[in-house]
Amino acid sequence: MAKRAQQRVGLLQGTLDMLILRTLLHGPAHGHQIGKHIQRTTNEFLQMQHGSLYPALHRLEERGWVVSKWETAPDRNREFKYYRLTDKGRKQLLVEESQWKQMAEAVARVMWPVPEEA
Amino acid sequence: MRWWQIKKRDADLERELRSDLELEEEEQREGGVSGEEARYAALRAFGNPTLIRDQTHAVWSWSWIESLARDLRFSLRTLRRTPGFTIIAILVMALGIGANVALFTVVRGVLLKPLPFHDPDRLVMLYEAGALGDDTTDTNVVSGGMYAEWKKENRSYSSLALAQDIRVGLSGSNGQLPEKLKSALFSWDMLRTLGVQPALGRDFTQADDSPTANGTVLLSWGLWKRRFGGDPAILNQTIELDAAPYTVIGVMPAWFDFPDPSTQLWTPVYHDKPEATMTSLNNHMFRVVGRLKPGVSAAQGVADLSLISQRTHNAHLDDPFVFRGASSRPLLEHLVGEIKKPLYVLLEATCCLLLIACLNVANLLVARAAARRKELAIRTALGGGWLRLMSERMMECLMLSAAGGVLGLLLAFATLHWLSQARHDMSRVDSIHIDGVVAAFTVGVIMLCALFSGLIAAFSNSDRHILGALHEASRSVGGGNARATLRKVLLMLEVGLTVILLVGAGLLLKSYERLRSADMGCITQGVITMHLGLPDARYATPAQRANFYDTLLERVRALPGVDAAGFATLVPGQGYEVDSTFNIVEHPPLPQGRGLYALSRSADPKYFGAMGIPILRGRTFDGKRLATANEVIISQSFASQYFPGEDSLGKHLHVHGQNAVIVGIVGDTRYAIGETPRPVQYFSLDAGVENVGTLVIRSSHDPEQFALPVQRIVSEMDRDLPVSDVLTMNQLLGKSTQDQSFNTTLLVAFGSLSLVLAAVGLFGVMSYIGAQRTTEIGIRIALGAQREQVMRKMLLDGMRPAVFGLVVGLTASLAAGRLMRDLLYQIKPLDPAVFAAVAATLLAVAVFACIVPAWRASRLDPMKALRAE
Repeated sequence: MAKRAQQRVGLLQGTLDMLILRTLLHGPAHGHQIGKHIQRTTNEFLQMQHGSLYPALHRLEERGWVVSKWETAPDRNREFKYYRLTDKGRKQLLVEESQWKQMAEAVARVMWPVPEEA
Repeated sequence: MRWWQIKKRDADLERELRSDLELEEEEQREGGVSGEEARYAALRAFGNPTLIRDQTHAVWSWSWIESLARDLRFSLRTLRRTPGFTIIAILVMALGIGANVALFTVVRGVLLKPLPFHDPDRLVMLYEAGALGDDTTDTNVVSGGMYAEWKKENRSYSSLALAQDIRVGLSGSNGQLPEKLKSALFSWDMLRTLGVQPALGRDFTQADDSPTANGTVLLSWGLWKRRFGGDPAILNQTIELDAAPYTVIGVMPAWFDFPDPSTQLWTPVYHDKPEATMTSLNNHMFRVVGRLKPGVSAAQGVADLSLISQRTHNAHLDDPFVFRGASSRPLLEHLVGEIKKPLYVLLEATCCLLLIACLNVANLLVARAAARRKELAIRTALGGGWLRLMSERMMECLMLSAAGGVLGLLLAFATLHWLSQARHDMSRVDSIHIDGVVAAFTVGVIMLCALFSGLIAAFSNSDRHILGALHEASRSVGGGNARATLRKVLLMLEVGLTVILLVGAGLLLKSYERLRSADMGCITQGVITMHLGLPDARYATPAQRANFYDTLLERVRALPGVDAAGFATLVPGQGYEVDSTFNIVEHPPLPQGRGLYALSRSADPKYFGAMGIPILRGRTFDGKRLATANEVIISQSFASQYFPGEDSLGKHLHVHGQNAVIVGIVGDTRYAIGETPRPVQYFSLDAGVENVGTLVIRSSHDPEQFALPVQRIVSEMDRDLPVSDVLTMNQLLGKSTQDQSFNTTLLVAFGSLSLVLAAVGLFGVMSYIGAQRTTEIGIRIALGAQREQVMRKMLLDGMRPAVFGLVVGLTASLAAGRLMRDLLYQIKPLDPAVFAAVAATLLAVAVFACIVPAWRASRLDPMKALRAE
């Protein structure tokens, strides 16, 4: 039931999950860092909506793709909630990556068709 | 996610959000934005924290509890949108569940709860058996002599105790009127045998239970409260019973109602009964309770006692009334034996009713689901999971059942309250309570109903051919065929069950009518009866007693308006009670140890005239006091049974050690309503041997007007002599048909209820079918179909399941009727009149339930119907 509902909710959410997982591949990070990283990397093209970031993080945690822990940040004297990728998360990232690739190729074929060979 | 963790998670999330927000603010500041500005910029970049929290919660809420809560909210909304449907469904459930809970409570209280005695499984009721080889003597009350033998010789029972029901007159004191009370004689060890202690004061001791001891008495809780104001100072005070002094030694607990619920006093038996009675082997009058020793089975106990009886019988072959054997029943069975069968029949009836209620709700849900098919199809198309839709349906049923259950529980509560008032004579009525087990049962029933009706309803729209459904729905060609069939099957079942209930109710009703109109062999209209008992203390000799009866009857007959008055020890309808053995002097002697027996009554000469019992031959007693002691009058069946083909007048019976000449033959009477007449021998009251009896007065005017004047005459004759059981003959007979009338009332109520439910079901389903076929009918009419044709078709469609159900129900009733055979009087379980009446009633209701929607359909404006699409 959950899976079906999720597929339905739309492209962006699934994509966001993938982006988060990819970001965490570099190492543990807290919410703010993840958001900033995505924003910076896409040259501010994807404006991070915190309204979807945190629910996404918690959803990933529910599914066991990431785990979280309160840790003191090395550069600041304060605790942040750090998210870390799990093995399950790594596998999921591979799955989503390949799905995304297929999707992008499929869309591309329709949008920019290769001229038929004579 | 567990709900109790959510709070903790929320605090954690808040901390996370706060810390990230502060970081954002710092970064803004580092980027050169100043103070307040930085804060606002951070908030802007971050978005609304409350909203984030809400959205994150939404992620967590994939927990079952929240999803249930959502289903709950949704089903509440759905139910609120269709209040008519909801109210009907809840009421239907309430009736079904209420009736079930009430009856379960009764069955549990009366039949299933162990007796409130110590180790009740080892308690048995003992009887004498096998003297005359007919079934009425297999569970006969025990004679004092046989009890003594059993008690002395047996090895199977750790104790044997004895009891007898009697009535005593409690004299008035401090201006209170004298009162006749139901009382019991106990052997001193009865309470010990049962394992019960008085609530107040002490138990009898062996010293209390002897003719020479001072009188002692135990009071019931009710009598103590009512008559003595619940004052503990009553202990050691003296009260007068039948004009003799008794010291109150204790008060029994409120729940104690042995040997029967109306017993109000207990006194020691050996103190009251003459020694001759307690040693007699042929005067059977006691109930004996035994406690089996550990490891001894009931059968072993009975075998043990039977040996003793056989030995005693062989030693007294000259006495034909010494029984040869013994039998026993568990005490619980003895106490509830009468009520057990009707209770189970009623329980079956309520289960039927509950099933009807469930079918009805399921049917309504299925019908509604059909109407909502388009909505459901769209939701499925949008990805609404099948499980989700199903769980919604279940939740809806649960809501309906729960609401119905709560209402039903209230209903059950009221019913039980009424019952305990109405049936105070019923054994163990006090142990009927709504308690934890009943509450659990109620919850169980609610769940079961929800599951049952929910599953039916859920599966009815579980097909997932979404496109097909949308396609179909868009053309409004009735909801799928499979669904229509399901609905018809449900309807058929419902009608079938209703028929079973109605047949049951009809049979009981007819049997009750038969019972009430049964000829008792005497006049039952315009006759009033009153019970009198002369205490031995004041009326010690036969002459004193005969004198009292003479004077009383003379004064009663002198009252204006009295057509006739008489006195007899027992009148028709008062039961079997007393019988005695006899030999016919003119016949060859019977083998030793054999005797004839017949019911035995004493009456004054004018009794037969007063009761309208015809004197067929000979004469009544001649009224010469004491001279008539050796005269006997026999009933017609006595004559035909014991004097076949010969003249019985002038022959002699050898009874109670002397010969009596037969002077008359009178018509047969029934000793209880619903029993066949048995041979009766009447002795003259003028012999004065009897000290209790019933005064009967016949009047063409209202006989009840004599209740007070007669009581006044009696109290003028003896200030301490109470008159009790002032009942018209009809009331007296009504009392003996109370069980039947009660069962009949309940079953008729269940039958009518189920008829209403079935009608609601038919009506509801027909309406939905009609509503769904609006377009189809519109097209038909537009194409020229006659309105009569449409109506006929609709009517036939609706009637088909009803007729099928009727056939199924009638067939099943044949089987069900067999269960009820014991409850019926003079009619067979297959009574054509009842079956026909039920069929006619049901068809009438079905036609009515179908005709309204059919008529509505035939009135359809085709244009309107088509435009609605």
